[in-house]
Parts: sequence; structure tokens; C-alpha cells
Amino acid sequence: MTPKGPHIDWAGISPLVALLGAATIVLLVGLLRPRAVREVLVPLLAFAGFAAAIGLGIWQYGEQKDLVAGALRLDDLTIVLSFVFSAGGAAAVLLSWRAVAPREAAHGEYFALMLTSAAGMWVLVAAQNLVTLFLGLELLSIPLYVLCATEMRRATSLEAGLKYLIIGSVGSATLLYGLAFVYGATGSTDFAGIAQAAGDVTSDPLLLTGIALSVVGLAFKASVAPFHQWTPDVYEGAPTPVTAFMAVATKAAAFGAFLRLFDVALLDASADWAPALAVLATITIVVGNVGALGQSSLKRLMAWSSVAQAGYMLAGVVVATRLGVQATVFYLGVYLMMNMAAFAVIVIRERETGLGDDIASVQGLGAQRPLLAAAMTLAMLGLSGIPATAGFIGKFYLIDAAISGDYAWLGVAIVIGSMISLAYYLKVIAAMWMADAPVHGTALATAGQPAMAGGSPEADAPRIEVETWFVALFFGAATLFFGIVPSPLFDLAVHAGGSLSHLF
Amino acid sequence: MNLTILVWLPLAAVIAGFVLPAAEARIAALLGSGAALVLSVVLLFKFDGGQQGLQFVIDKAWISELGIHYKLGVDGLNLFLIALAALLFFASVAWAALREWERPHLFYLWFGLAESGVLGALMAQDLALFVIFFDVMLVPFLFLGGGWGTSPNRVASMVKLFIYTLVGSLLMLSAAIATGVLAPGDSVTFDLVQLGSTARRLPTGSQEWIFLFFAAAFLVKMPAFPLHGWMPDGYKAMPLPVLAVFSGILSKVAAYGFLRVVLPLYPDASAHFQELMLLIALASILYGSALAFTTPDSRLILGYSSVAQLGFITLGIFSLQDTGAQGALLQAVNHGLVVAPAFFIVALLAARAAGSEDIREMGGIAFRAPVLATLFLIVALANLAMPGSSNFVGEFLILLGVFNAKIVIAIVAFTGVVLASVYTLRLFVRSMHNRVGPHVTSREIGLADGLVIAPLVAVILALALYPQLPLDRSEDSVKASIKDAKALRR
Repeated sequence: MTPKGPHIDWAGISPLVALLGAATIVLLVGLLRPRAVREVLVPLLAFAGFAAAIGLGIWQYGEQKDLVAGALRLDDLTIVLSFVFSAGGAAAVLLSWRAVAPREAAHGEYFALMLTSAAGMWVLVAAQNLVTLFLGLELLSIPLYVLCATEMRRATSLEAGLKYLIIGSVGSATLLYGLAFVYGATGSTDFAGIAQAAGDVTSDPLLLTGIALSVVGLAFKASVAPFHQWTPDVYEGAPTPVTAFMAVATKAAAFGAFLRLFDVALLDASADWAPALAVLATITIVVGNVGALGQSSLKRLMAWSSVAQAGYMLAGVVVATRLGVQATVFYLGVYLMMNMAAFAVIVIRERETGLGDDIASVQGLGAQRPLLAAAMTLAMLGLSGIPATAGFIGKFYLIDAAISGDYAWLGVAIVIGSMISLAYYLKVIAAMWMADAPVHGTALATAGQPAMAGGSPEADAPRIEVETWFVALFFGAATLFFGIVPSPLFDLAVHAGGSLSHLF
Repeated sequence: MNLTILVWLPLAAVIAGFVLPAAEARIAALLGSGAALVLSVVLLFKFDGGQQGLQFVIDKAWISELGIHYKLGVDGLNLFLIALAALLFFASVAWAALREWERPHLFYLWFGLAESGVLGALMAQDLALFVIFFDVMLVPFLFLGGGWGTSPNRVASMVKLFIYTLVGSLLMLSAAIATGVLAPGDSVTFDLVQLGSTARRLPTGSQEWIFLFFAAAFLVKMPAFPLHGWMPDGYKAMPLPVLAVFSGILSKVAAYGFLRVVLPLYPDASAHFQELMLLIALASILYGSALAFTTPDSRLILGYSSVAQLGFITLGIFSLQDTGAQGALLQAVNHGLVVAPAFFIVALLAARAAGSEDIREMGGIAFRAPVLATLFLIVALANLAMPGSSNFVGEFLILLGVFNAKIVIAIVAFTGVVLASVYTLRLFVRSMHNRVGPHVTSREIGLADGLVIAPLVAVILALALYPQLPLDRSEDSVKASIKDAKALRR
């Protein structure tokens, strides 16, 4: 008798195939000799891969089906989250186009790793049992460890890669251990099976240990305090486009896993884990916001801010309601826009000024490049939750969800976190609009480029790079647009929440 | 009469102004705020004084998923504040247009956004929309003060101001969401009219923390005594035309918030915290007066006098008496009308005292500048609530209300009236009379500047002759606003 493989729904799995297929093609094309092929065709193909994943997602939007013998599930939650990290990936490709990292690490490998990581995210958010969950997590993490270290001539990049590898592995191991306990307690690796069994063994110490360890494992990935310590170092050390990708896409994937695991498989045990997770969210909000206060490096600032934002989003998981899921998904979408706009500006200024990611690099930006400064301002105002930006609506939605889920104090915690956050987001805004640009000479001197005789700063003024500017302005405008017309984003979030049909 | 046009016209005009060359950006701002002023005057005439409830209502579902409506409306509570806002913004834009500013496009963009935000906050009839406008109207002032400010540490001052006030606003945001979500009803709504009948059924505990969060937002914005820490630095940092609108109208939006949102929605809590609020108001009056009396900085004299005046307004509102609340609303209009020209005059005085705003370096210019002195005298007499002025009527009604509610507090508050004349006359005498200051050059007010200040003074005089108009128009709305809290008063 010939062994029979499981039924595979090829239409449903097509976005994943697109990502993995693009990874393979990019890797092979990257081997070709001509420079134009490597530096233009390869990123173009990677971009096309992400675009194809989004396009196929749109095609499958609204479908509800099990793929590959119930190991993965395609529903609107999968698709909407895949929009978030695919868009993040596409933007990261644009930011990497002329970056140092792919040149040093070889273009093919760099972009192939990015696509593979996105494929891992797809598996993670679609996972329907503990094994695929772990598989997705590893597939997403391992390429990222490498990507962090791709600026091979810069020690901090290597350090970031190593640090992320070690701490990430601890996180994965903890998660795996926790998943084993959950399996031990419920006798099933399947989410549906766990959900059935978990109802009976709610106060089972084995299950509780399993849940606790799984929380810790996922908390490492989503940089939830107190498992966030790697975040500032890794964000700062990694090449900035990779940081942008990590900040946005990994967060979306990790929260997808949170939602699947806790709001589906372990829903009936929510009385046990929800208060603990609520406390964790509060700690994260406080730690992230306070940590960001003293930072002068923009990337470190964004890292701490991403910790704080993870705390806000966790509030949507805590309440374990459909409103909570919708609010989390909505916020992930908003978070993509705000962060991508901010990171794009950081990338541009890194290349223009030679001041690195220090806050001095954006000083006087309002007078020099008003459009860029406007995009960054919108991102910062959005992250701090000022009305007329999408960030405000997102926060409104999360507080709404927290209060209707009987966690009014968590809503107040979000508000208090936002207050603290104003101090550092405003610092960036003040530097852009209310401070003079640093003296140009020092900027050039620290750039490490030999000063050329007869070269004047004006003549050497860097030309505008279309693709990075596009990312900054596009996502900056989106932050404003969806702050005023949020309905399209709401549609997506409501559909995503609707796919977890058992939730109240 | 389309309120949407009135709200967004100032912003639309300055955005369109980006096509003009930088030197002409002021024209767009003048047109926008001028048109808004014309529309608001038309609104005053079209308003039907005999009709109860909201008029000119616009109600559209904005974010239906969250139950937020774009609902604007006008009634007796906000009618005159809208006109005041449009008038002060036009005067400030005109004042600013007579001077040169760096990056004028951006400068006027923020001005336009501020005006649209203030008008929106005054007209919003949806709680969430009110919170949104309340926050939005603050953002431009951060940029105006930080970018074009006058003090060397302006950025730190403005960031402090912004954080102070946004802390209040964010607390208010969570309180507003809690009101919408927790109020009994079929679906989440933030409509103030609907909440007016459902929010009071919230449990007492919820009502009380919600009240305190709202009170924090409004008291910071006013500012009231223990929450005024941002005021001295913030006032020193802002350019004077910006400060004129900030002090003239933003603080009134906070006072208006009590009447529009807090008293009708949370009558139990309002009655419960009546004494606390009265004591805060009293403390503001005494503290503000004492500091206005001692500081030599002419801006801060006006700043601290605003603290005291806003104390009177709060006092009137929380007397929970019809007369007190009506007087408070009238006084809100009066104070806005007085403080804006007063700041313009301070700018003129400083220009004559070699740029110094210290009253010790001013003095003796009344002889050579009689017109300026006359304008200032009218403004000063109005500020100290001279009998015959509309401010007198306002303060009298406030104190009458408090007298009926809490006689002890009323007696202490009377000293505030006396102190007001002391600090106002001190500012007037030290800058206009006495010996001529060391670096003072006496000059008469310029024609253009005079044309900005004179109409404001004319409005002060007109209101002094006929304060009955705003009182009549607002009577029904004010009574409806405090009705329930008044009934529950202990």
C-alpha cells in the first residue's frame, strides 16, 4: 500500500507558497553575476513575493478552511495578520534596497531570509496545533537571528545577532517546555482538542505550569516585560531595515500566536491566565514607557516604545472577547503604519547625516525636510495616541475593549502609560521642529568619509532616495488618513475577530 | 446654517494658503478666520432664543463600530462662546498679520488648526468627539509656543504645558469611554443628549471616579490652583497673539465642559464633590490674586489674574444655583473679552519699555499716549469688575449664587473682588502713570494695532450696556444643565 499524504488545499495555502517560492527564486537569482541583477532584480523579486502574498490573501479573503489535515487554518484572522506582516516585509525590502546590510551579506541570502521569516510568521498565525505553532515560531526566528548580524563589519550588529540568538533560543525552549506540559495535561496537541480538555482540568497544576511557561515563551518573542531585556540592544544593533521588519512583523505574528493559543485553545481556562496576563500587561506598559524616557538613540527609543505598545496590545488578549481580538488586530495594523513611517525616517537620516540613529540626526528636520518631519511627527503623535491619528482610534478601541471586558483599571493603565510616553515622543518632535540642525561639519566628520578638497556640503547634499521617502510619506499619510477615516481598517479587524466565532 | 463649514473653514483656508507665497500666507489666515467670524455673527442672529434644546444640529455616524457620531449643535451654553472664539481668533490673526514670523505658512497653519479645534470642541455634542477636539486644539499650541516662542527655554516650557494638559485629557478619555461603555443602553453611544438620561444610572462608584477624571482635565486646562504648575512658564513661552487666544478661549472651553458634560451627565457625583470643587475654586481665587498682586511680570499678572477669574467661574458653576451658573457663563465670555486685549496691550507696553515686560521698567506713558491709556483703562476697569461693566454683573450673579449655597465661602470669595481691583490697578498705574521708566520711550498706539484692539473694547462696552442678551439666550440651557445636580445638592 502506498502511503497517502494529507489533503492539501493549494488555493488556501497559496500565500505561504508564494513567500517560500519567492525565497527560493531570490536565493537562486542572487547567484547571478551581473551587479544590476543583484542590486535591482533581487529586491524587486522579494518585493513581488510580498506583494503576491498580499494579493493571494485578498483572493482568499473571507474563506474559512482547514489546510494540510487541520494543521493550519486559513481564516480572516490569518489573512489580516498576513497583510500586516507582508506589508511590513514589503516596506522593509524598500528600506533595504540601498542599505549596507544586503551588500555585505549578499543580496540573495538577505532577501531570501526575510521572505522565509515571513513564511514562518504565516505558519505561526495559521497554526492549529502545538507542533505547527512551534514550527512557525522557529521558522520565523532563525532567519531573524541571521538577519540581525548581516552588517558583518559592524561589531554591534554581530552582537545583536548573537544576543538575539541566545535569548530567543531560551524563549523557544521555554515555550516548547510549556507546550509539552499543556500536551501532558490535556492529551492533545490540537487546539480544538485542548480547548475541550482544558474545560475539565482548569485547576490542574500541570496545565497551569504549561500555560505559565507558554506565556513566558511568547512574551520573549513579543517583548513583553519582564522578558524584554534583549529588545533595546537587538533593535539598536541590527541593521535599521531589519529592526523595522522585526518591530512590526514579529509583533504581529507573536500576537497572532497569543490570540490563537489563549483565545482559542485555552479560552476556558481564562479565569486562570487573564489576571496574570493583565498584570504582565501593566508591568510592560510601565517598564516600556519608563525605559524609553532617557534614550538618546532613536532605535533604542523605538525599542522601548515597542515594549510599551506590546503592553497596550496585550490588553486586547487579556479580556478574551471578540472586541478584544478586534482591538488587538486593529492596533497591529495601526502600529505597522506608525512604526514604518518612523523607521523609514530613521533610515533616511542615518544615510544622510552620518550621525547614526542619534536623536541629533533629526534635529532641525522641520526646516530642512518638512515633509519627512511631518511624517515622523504623525508617527510620534500617533504612537502617543493624539486624536486625528490612527493611533488614537487604536487606543480608543483597546480601552473600549478593556472596559467592556471588566478590566477598567487596565484601560486606565493604558492611559497612564500614554501619559508617560508623551515625554519621549515629544522630545523627538521638539528636536525636529524646535531645535536648530547640528553644525554640518561635525556631521560629515563623524560620517567617516574622507573630506574632499573643494567639496561643499551643499554640493555633497545627499540626493533623495525615492523608495525610502515613499515608505515614510505613505505610512505617515496612512496614519493621518486612518485617524480620520478608520472604517476600512475596522472592516478588516471585525472580519478577523469574526473568524474566532466561539468568542463572546 | 451649516456648522461644519464654520468649524473647518479656518483650517481649510490656511491649508489652501500653502499655494500662496510665504509673504502672503497671512491673507489666507485672515480670510479664513474673518469668514468664521462673519458666520458666527450670522449664527448669533439666526439663533432662535425661544427654542429649547439644540439648534442647527448635524448628526452623522462617523465611526459606527465605536458608536462615535459627528454631531454638532448650538444652544444657549455655547452660542456666545463660539462668537467669542471667532472674535478672539480673528483679532489675534490680525495682530499676528501685522508682524513678521519665520516660516509663516506653518505658523498660520497651526493658528487655523487651533481655531478649528476650539470651535469643534465648543460645538461637539458627542462625548467622544468633544474629547477628540479638546485634545486636537492643544496640539497647535505646542508647536506655536515651541517654534515661535519668546522665552529661551520655551521648548521645555511648552512640553511641560502639553504634558500637564494631556495628562488631564487622557484621564478624561478613559472616563469618556467608560461612560459610553458602562452606561445602560442597547448599544454603545456617546451622544450627549442620550447619555444625559442614561449616564446618571451608573453606579455611584463609577460616577465618582469618572467625575474626578473629567474634573482633572478641566481644572488643569483652566488652570485651577493646585494644578497650575505649567502656567507661569507656559505663559512666558508663548508669543503674545498666541497667548491671547490661549488664555482668552481655551480656559473657557474647560469651564464650558463642566456645564456641557459633567453636571448633566454625573449629577450625583457633582453634588457629592460640590464642596471640594468650591474649595478648589476659592483657593484659586485667593492664590491667583495674591500672586497677581506680587509678581512684577506683566504677563504673569494677567496669568495669575486668570487663575483667580477662572476660580470665580468654577465657583459660580458649582454653586449649583441658576444665578451662579448663569453668572459663570457670562463671566467666561467677559473674561475672554478682557484678557485678549490686555495681552495685546502688554505687547505694546513691552515695545515701549525696550522689550521688557517687567512693570518696574515701565511707567509714565499715559501723558504721551492718551488713546492707548484710555483703551487700557477701559479694559482694566472691566477686569476689576467695575459696577456698570458686564464683568460686574457676572461676578455679582456668581456671588449671589454662592451666597445662597454656601454663605461662608461667599464671604471669603468677596475678598477676591477687592484684590482684583488692587492687582489690576497696580498694573495700570505702574505702566501708565508714575515716573517714566528708565528705558521707556512714550509713543502713541499705531493705527493698525489700534484697529485690532478698539473693536474688542467696543464689544466690552456694548456688553456693559446690555448684558441681558447673553443672559437671556443662555438661561434655559444653563438651568437644564444644572437641574439634576441642583436637586441632589446637600
